[in-house]
Amino acid sequence: MDLRLRATPPHATERAAVDAVLGPPESGWVGGVRRSESDGHVARGGHDMRTRRHLLLPALHAVQDRLGWISPEALNYICQRLDIPPAEAYGVVSFYALLSLSPQPPVVAHVCDDLACLTKGAGAICAELERTIGPAGTPSADSRVTWHRSPCLGLCEQAPAALILAAGDSPHTQTLSSIRAADVVTALRSDHAAETIPMILPQAGDTGLRLLRRVGVVDPTSLDSYRAHGGYTALRRALELGPSRVIREVTDSKLLGRGGAAFPMGRKWEAVAQAAIHPHYLICNADESEPGTFKDRILMEEDPFALLEAMTIAGFATDCQQGYLYIRGEYPHARERLAGAIAQAHARGFLGENVMGHGFRFDIELRRGAGAYICGEETALMNSIEGYRGEPRNKPPFPVQVGLFGKPTVINNVETLVNVLDIVLHGGLAFAAIGTPGSTGPKLFCVSGCVTRPGLYEVPFGVTLRELLALAGGVRDGGSLQAVLLGGAAGSFVTPDQLDTPLTFEGTRTIGASLGSGVVMVFDDTVDLKAIVLRIAAFFRDESCGQCVPCRVGTVRQQEQLQRLLTGHTLSTLPEELTLRADIGQVMRDASICGLVQTAASAIESALAKLQLLTPSRVS
Amino acid sequence: MTEASAVRFIELTIDGQSVRVPEGTTLLEACRGQGIATPTLCYLENLTPVNVCRVCVVELEGSRTLVPACSRRAETGMVVHTDSDRVRLSRRMVLEFLASSVDLSLAPAVGEYLRRYNAHPERLGPPAAGSERDFRPVGHHHQPDGTTAETVAQPVKVDNELYIRDYSRCILCYKCVEACGVDAQNTFAIAVAGRGFDARISTEFAVPLPESACVYCGNCIGVCPTGALMFSSEYELRQTGAWDEAKQAQTDTICPYCGVGCTLTLHVQDNQIVKVTSPLDHDVGHGHLCVKGRFGWQFVQNRTDPAKE
Repeated sequence: MDLRLRATPPHATERAAVDAVLGPPESGWVGGVRRSESDGHVARGGHDMRTRRHLLLPALHAVQDRLGWISPEALNYICQRLDIPPAEAYGVVSFYALLSLSPQPPVVAHVCDDLACLTKGAGAICAELERTIGPAGTPSADSRVTWHRSPCLGLCEQAPAALILAAGDSPHTQTLSSIRAADVVTALRSDHAAETIPMILPQAGDTGLRLLRRVGVVDPTSLDSYRAHGGYTALRRALELGPSRVIREVTDSKLLGRGGAAFPMGRKWEAVAQAAIHPHYLICNADESEPGTFKDRILMEEDPFALLEAMTIAGFATDCQQGYLYIRGEYPHARERLAGAIAQAHARGFLGENVMGHGFRFDIELRRGAGAYICGEETALMNSIEGYRGEPRNKPPFPVQVGLFGKPTVINNVETLVNVLDIVLHGGLAFAAIGTPGSTGPKLFCVSGCVTRPGLYEVPFGVTLRELLALAGGVRDGGSLQAVLLGGAAGSFVTPDQLDTPLTFEGTRTIGASLGSGVVMVFDDTVDLKAIVLRIAAFFRDESCGQCVPCRVGTVRQQEQLQRLLTGHTLSTLPEELTLRADIGQVMRDASICGLVQTAASAIESALAKLQLLTPSRVS
Repeated sequence: MTEASAVRFIELTIDGQSVRVPEGTTLLEACRGQGIATPTLCYLENLTPVNVCRVCVVELEGSRTLVPACSRRAETGMVVHTDSDRVRLSRRMVLEFLASSVDLSLAPAVGEYLRRYNAHPERLGPPAAGSERDFRPVGHHHQPDGTTAETVAQPVKVDNELYIRDYSRCILCYKCVEACGVDAQNTFAIAVAGRGFDARISTEFAVPLPESACVYCGNCIGVCPTGALMFSSEYELRQTGAWDEAKQAQTDTICPYCGVGCTLTLHVQDNQIVKVTSPLDHDVGHGHLCVKGRFGWQFVQNRTDPAKE
């Protein structure tokens, strides 16, 4: 490609950061030292170079980690190394919230003011930070630190929470839980991270658990500890059974995807296993970004080998040699644990050329998101891995036919995959006996908000919402329940009269709700639900990728109109505004490209229908 | 061999009529073959469909959502409805969303679409005033008060002598990006940057075109459906109020520069060439030109006027 690049070279630090990911440049053509004897005759380029485009996001992360922003010269150098047009690379950088295109202080606090944190005083914390540091996004007086408001960090059981990212020669990260504003300021000013990962594991040690049985029990940094707790027995069993038998067990288990869409897992595996085109790819979707969701983070932090083992089984069953584990950028601890686990599994032959001496080859590459909810959409995630903007693709074709790098791809959520271990060990039929006929197996619920013991809970499908809330100690401080947000921002509100609904796919459907990603966020009567609903509208507007009109404009119009409905300052009569409300909801559901906006109206519509939030209309 | 290369036909039902089309036909092509008027904005015959505007959606029985006609290929047994209530509502809303946020006054097709689908963009609120939109970061936005509808209104970019970019008129159809990229020019001077409502067409770091990779082929102007990209010659005449399409003649000729033989359509007003286009169905260029054919016509006007001699 004939690129037009800047003449200004990158700073030595920027060059070093990029070279650490891409290796040193091979010739003068790609930014190295010009060798007069050879560079005049040959250049590396064309297809060879374009196949490296998937390294764009890792290279951008390297610069961001080192310098705290991506300068024009650094971007230019990356483009030169990877043969990417600068305008396209700029389009990619400007897509992600955790990458900065303008200089900013090296130490940045991302302070969550999303749903769960909002119920625990995030608003007051942000106001305090505005007074002590300055408005969000502006540097402190000494230019050393800054802060941003953040969408959900997936630390809802520890709300209110923040994430500190410090760029530099040895970049470090820190998550802060149950914070006060002063904690954020102290952490911003400290030189190093306090390496503690807070753990809230209300069911730790309960021997009846399946998905969480090792969580809080096993040493997540030790392969030996994992094996001592039954690790890698499922993979051994899978290797004995063979791929088609493993798929049959998964099909028999009637396991449905736990990421929100509830797609039958067996069908997905079968389709990829039988796809004639090779190679096949496996992706674990760990871009858990639905507000209120933290289940996958805890699984990855506390039992990382289980996920690797499950991915290896999935790869074996569907004839994949390469797996990608795409984890959201806001999960530094989980990423470290997984990186350590992958290295150990590799060193001990549980990954690599000859898995468990069985002649099966499988590798896992860890890929890190950069702050984009939409990348949890499966095809957006694939574009993100490939080095493009995280815009969802039109379907069909589906990923099982045309997925990552255009090849047949299995993509599963973390919790979904971890279920496979029990299915292989105990058989699909035994798994299907747990729960209800329509919703088999155990299920994780992320309980947060105004409950006595927020945290991650595992129950068999079929438990009612009332029973789950009782498990979490009920409404905090003996308060009275106002509403529950079920399924996250893409879910819907449930009222106290619906607590006896069984938490199953079919049970929630009967009340017009969905389980989504397993979010159960509880609001007592002290919570201003208008603020919560407005935050949901803001979230979708902030996170829209902007590709299709129903989402790009619709999420803005939804937010504007919701403000009118909740304040009573309507533009027309209330019935006319409500007709418009319904029309906006319908075009989002009917005409958009991806699932983000197909669900972006559901929580808001359920709130308006059930929660008496409307202010009497005063046409302005 | 003949069997393998024979075109296979597909039968489907569109609006109750049985329709037979060659394999590979899109629903849009099938509809057009039936004389069914289907609105399009981001679709163009000479570009890969990106199906982002969603104004061409149709109802496909068995599909949970509506499907974009421009990219969905016909399959045997499909039952398609192109004028159901669901289709009409989605088309209306897409048009209202666009018309409430973008200046569509120079988009010729849209006025008729707005009438056909009974669109009333004003019900979404009076348009908000614009401002610079080039460097909006991703993340939280200020809470709107709902009294106005946010728009993409922003200053016009005039940074070179050949064409201007007025992104207040941009519906983000991706056509210019496609024409600049693999669908025609392979220059990649522009791409979509930013996210959500702040997404925009941009060069790297929003540098002016002369500092970008732009080669001034003008193929982006040729595909722009809303007048956001415009010849400077047209823009200047419009600024003075002198632009008058009623007075313009269009004359086809062959580009005088090289041997490729692209057809140029000269738009002439008051005996002056005011812009150059090329027919999309042209065998050679498919409507695309290079800088010479697109902009290199001043020499035609430089002759001495014999009447004055």
